Amino acid sequence: MSTVATPARPTASRQASGGMNVKLVNRIVIYGLLALFALFYLMPLFVMLVTSFKTMDEIQNGNMLSLPKAPTFDPWLKAWGETCVGLTCAGIKGYFWNSIKMVVPAVIISTLLGALNGYVLTKWRFRGATLVFGLMLFACFIPFQSVLLPMATILGSVGRFGVTLQNSIGTSLGLGNSTVNLVFVHVVYGIGFTTLFFRNYYEAFPTELVKAAQVDGASFFQIFRRIMLPNSMPIFVVTVIYQFTNIWNDFLFASAYAGTGDSMPMTVALNNVVNTSTGVVEYNVNMAAAMIAALPTLLVYVLAGRYFVRGLMAGAVKG
Amino acid sequence: MSTVATSQIKLTPEHARPRASVRSRLQDALPKLVLAPSFAITIVFVYGFILWTIYLSFTNSKTFPSYVISGSRAYQRLWGWTFDTDPPSSWYTSITNMGIFGFLYILICLALGLFLAILLDQKIRGEGVLRPIYLYPMALSFIVTGVAWKWFLDPGLGLEQTLHQWGWTSFHFDWIKNKDFVIYTVVIAGVWQASGFIMAMFLAGLRGIDGEIMKAAQIDGATTFQLYRRIVIPLLRPIFLSAFIVLAHLAIKSYDLVVALTSGGPGGSAWLPSNFMYEYTFKRNEMAVGSASAVIMLMTIVAIIVPYLYSELREKPR
Amino acid sequence: MAFLEIDGLRKRFGQIEILKGIDVELEKGGFLVLVGPSGCGKSTLLNTIAGLETITSGEIRIDGRAVNDLHPSKRDIAMVFQSYALYPNMTVAGNISFGMEMRGVPADERQKAIDKVAKVLQIGHLLQRKPSQLSGGQRQRVAMGRALVRDPKLFLFDEPLSNLDAKLRVDMRIEIKRLHATTGTTIVYVTHDQIEAMTLATKIAVMRDGEVQQFGTPAEIYNNPSNLFVADFMGSPAMNLIPATVATSGNALSVVLQREAREPISLPMANAPAGLSAFQGKPIIFGVRPESLTDPEGAERNASNIATADLHIEVVEPAGSDTFAVTNLGGKGVVARLRADANIQPGTSTPLAFNLTKAVFFDPATENRIR
Repeated sequence: MSTVATPARPTASRQASGGMNVKLVNRIVIYGLLALFALFYLMPLFVMLVTSFKTMDEIQNGNMLSLPKAPTFDPWLKAWGETCVGLTCAGIKGYFWNSIKMVVPAVIISTLLGALNGYVLTKWRFRGATLVFGLMLFACFIPFQSVLLPMATILGSVGRFGVTLQNSIGTSLGLGNSTVNLVFVHVVYGIGFTTLFFRNYYEAFPTELVKAAQVDGASFFQIFRRIMLPNSMPIFVVTVIYQFTNIWNDFLFASAYAGTGDSMPMTVALNNVVNTSTGVVEYNVNMAAAMIAALPTLLVYVLAGRYFVRGLMAGAVKG
Repeated sequence: MSTVATSQIKLTPEHARPRASVRSRLQDALPKLVLAPSFAITIVFVYGFILWTIYLSFTNSKTFPSYVISGSRAYQRLWGWTFDTDPPSSWYTSITNMGIFGFLYILICLALGLFLAILLDQKIRGEGVLRPIYLYPMALSFIVTGVAWKWFLDPGLGLEQTLHQWGWTSFHFDWIKNKDFVIYTVVIAGVWQASGFIMAMFLAGLRGIDGEIMKAAQIDGATTFQLYRRIVIPLLRPIFLSAFIVLAHLAIKSYDLVVALTSGGPGGSAWLPSNFMYEYTFKRNEMAVGSASAVIMLMTIVAIIVPYLYSELREKPR
Repeated sequence: MAFLEIDGLRKRFGQIEILKGIDVELEKGGFLVLVGPSGCGKSTLLNTIAGLETITSGEIRIDGRAVNDLHPSKRDIAMVFQSYALYPNMTVAGNISFGMEMRGVPADERQKAIDKVAKVLQIGHLLQRKPSQLSGGQRQRVAMGRALVRDPKLFLFDEPLSNLDAKLRVDMRIEIKRLHATTGTTIVYVTHDQIEAMTLATKIAVMRDGEVQQFGTPAEIYNNPSNLFVADFMGSPAMNLIPATVATSGNALSVVLQREAREPISLPMANAPAGLSAFQGKPIIFGVRPESLTDPEGAERNASNIATADLHIEVVEPAGSDTFAVTNLGGKGVVARLRADANIQPGTSTPLAFNLTKAVFFDPATENRIR
C-alpha cells in the first residue's frame, strides 16, 4: 500500500505550490463558462415559457426576457381549446389525444416485439442470426425518405380496401384509419431500435439461467415470461422512454400519412398552428401550444432522465 | 465467449433426426417462428420499399406512380441541377445546404460536446443540476425546437428587438429572414438540440477511462492540458466515432427542423435534401425526381453506416 | 451394462470439431470427474449429456435408455451451474420448486419437497430470501438444493466450486463428497482443478482438445499417467519431467540425467519397463513426482528401488507442512519434496533419494508412456 502512495506525493506538493490564486481563477473561469452555457440551453425554453403567460399587449410592447407582469393562463386555455389548426378552431386538445392514441399502442407493440427478438437473437442463436440482426439494425439508420412513397402507396391501397369493407360488412376493421396507419408505421420502423436494446441487454444476461430453466422443464415462452421478463425492468424502462420520445416527436411520418384533417398528431398540429397566416399571429398561444406539445416528453425526461440518457447511448453505441 | 457458442441450443440442423417427433420439431422451430414476423416486416417494408423507391426513380412518375421504366432521366435532371447555380436550383441549394449544415453541425456539436464534458469532469459542484440542463433539448421534438428558436431569432420580436430595447440599437441579426444566412440558423438550433447529448456521450467516455492511467500520466509529469491532449482525447476515439455516426445520421435525416424553424426559408433557401425530396414528391408532382433524391440520401447514409455496422457486428475472433 | 454410457460422441461446430469421439462409461453410484485445461471440451461434453447442446454423432445412454433426442427436462438429470444460475426474481423456495412447478406438481407436494431438501442442506432459514441476499456458499447450497429436489438419476456439476474462495471451496468439496456418500447418487462433475478431481472422483477422464487422454481411477491416473500431458496436468506440484538418456551397464538399464557443471547422474533401473530397452542410447523423458524425490531419511522405507545422488540446491521453499527444494537436472528446474524440518540450504549440495519404483518414462517424440 505505502509504495502506491509514495509516488503520488510529488504531484500533490506541486499542485499546492501552484498557489491558491491560480487555482481559484481556474475554478471561477470553469464555473463561469458552465453557467454561460446553461443560460444558452435554458434561454429558448425560458422565453417560450414566459411568453406563454403574457398577454399579446405585453409581448408587443415588452421585453422578450422579462417575466410576465400579470401572468395569465388564457393562452394555454386558448391553445388547448380554441385556437385554429388549419380551418378548424377547436384547439389542440383533439390532436394531443391523437398522439396519445398513436403512441401508446405503438410503444407497447414495438417494445414487446423487441424483447422477443432480443431473446431469440441471444439465447436461441441460429446460423445467420448476426445477419438477421444486422439487417434489422441497419433499418434504424435509413433516411425514411427512401421508404416514404411506397408506404404512402400501400397505405392508400389499404385505405381503399378499408372503404370497400366498410361498405360491404359495415366495419373497416381499422384499415385506412390514420392513427392505425401511424401505429403500424412506427412499429415497423421502431423494431430495429427495440431489438437492438433488448439484444444488447440480453447478450449480457447469463445464459446459464436459460439452461437451468431448460433443465427444469420450462418451455420457450415460459422461460421468456418467468425468467427473462421479470429481470428486464431496466431495459424496458429505457426502451419505452426511447420509443415514446421518438414517436411522440415524429413529424415526417405524421405529416406524410396524417398531415391533414382531424387525425393529425400533435407535432403536425403544432406546426399548423404556428404557420397559420390568417389574422393576427398570437405568439402567446403559439408558445403555449408548443409547451403543451413538449410537456409529455419533458415530463418523462424530468422523471426518468437517467433512463432517457441510457437509451440514447444504447442507440448510439452498438454492442 | 463460450456462452455465446454454447447457447446454440437444439437449433442446429443435425438435430432433426427421424426419431424427433413433429411436436419437438415444432418446438425447435419456435424461436425462428417468433422472430420471423419482425424479420419479414423489415425485409418487406424496409428493403422491399427501398427497391421500390429505386425502381420509381428510374420511371417517369409524376403525380402518380408510373411503372414504365424511362431510364435515368430523373438522375440526369438532378445531375444537371447540381451545377445549375445561376439562379441556383432547389437541388443545388439543398446539397450545398447539406454540406454547410452537416459540416458545421457535426463539428460544433463535437467540439462543444467535448469541451463541456471536460469542464463538467473537473469535479464540479452542481454537476447534477447542470447536466440535465445541457441535455434536455434532446427530449424536445424538432418542431418545438423550431418554434422556440423561430421566436428567439425573429428580428422583430426576439433577440434583436430585446437588445434594441436595452439600448444596443445598431445590433442587427436577421439571418432567419436572409436567404444567404438562413441555413446557419438551422445550425444554431440543431447544435442547441444535440450538443448536450454529445456532451453526455463524451462524459460517459471520460468517466470510463481507467483512473490509474491518469495517475500514471500525472506521475510522469503531464500538465492538465497535456493530459487531455495526449492521453484522454486519444482514448476517447471510439466515442468520437460513435458521436460522428449519430450526428451524421441525424444531419442527413433532418427535415422537421427546417420546416418548423424556417418553413423552408425565403424561396426554399433553407432546404436540405430531405425537404427537397418531400416537396418534389408530394407537392410538386415530380415523384421520380423525389425518389431519385431519396436514393441519393440513402446512398450517403449507406456509405457512412455500413462500414461502421460491419465492424461492430463482425464476429469477434475467439 | 454401465449406468451412463457415452459411445463415439462427436460434436462439430462449423469446421471445428469440439469433441472428437468420446467413449466414457460410469457405473451406478459412481462419481465421474471430467478434468482438463479450459477449452478442452469438458463443459461441452457435460452440456451434451444434459441435452443443452446437440451432438453430431454418437450416442448417450442413461440407465440403458438412449437420450440423444430427449429434451433436457426429460432426461431425468439435474445440473448445478458454475454461476449457480439462481433465478434472481424468485425466492430460494421458488428457485428450488420451479422445476416441479413446470412439471405440474401440486403446491403442497412442492412444499414438502422443499422442506425436505432444506433440512438436508440446512437452508431452512433462507427459503424466503432472494438470491441477491445470499452469500456465495449459501447460493452454492441453494443450487445444490435445486438439483437434489428432483431426485434425478444423474447429477451434473459444471465447475460448481470455482466461484468460491479457497477456504469455502474446501468445505464445499467435503460437503459434496459427503452428499455423494450418503445419497449414493451418480454424478458427473466438470472441473479444471486437478485436486478436486483427485479428491472427489471414483473415475477421472482427463481431457485435452476434445479427446479423452486417459480414463481411470484417481490412483491410476496419478500413478500411471498414460502420456506426458496427463503426467504434467495431474498433481501439484507437478511431476518433474526431466530430459534423460538410456544407457546400459552390464545387463541392467540405467537412466542418465545431466547436471549443471558436474558429471551426469546415472540411476540404475532394476525394474525398468520392458519398452525401455528399445530406447538404449536414445533420449527419453524421465518422470518423477516431487514426493518421490526426497531427503534419504524421509524416503519411503519399503520401496524396493531407491537411488541417492548429490544435488545442487538452488532455491528452498518452506511451505509449512513440507519443504520444497529446487535443483536443476537435464536443463530443467526439478522440485523435491522434503520433510518440513529438513535442514537444507540453498547454494549447497545435498544428497536426495529417488524412489525409482514410482518413476515413469515417456517417449519424447510421441509423448506416450514407455511401458
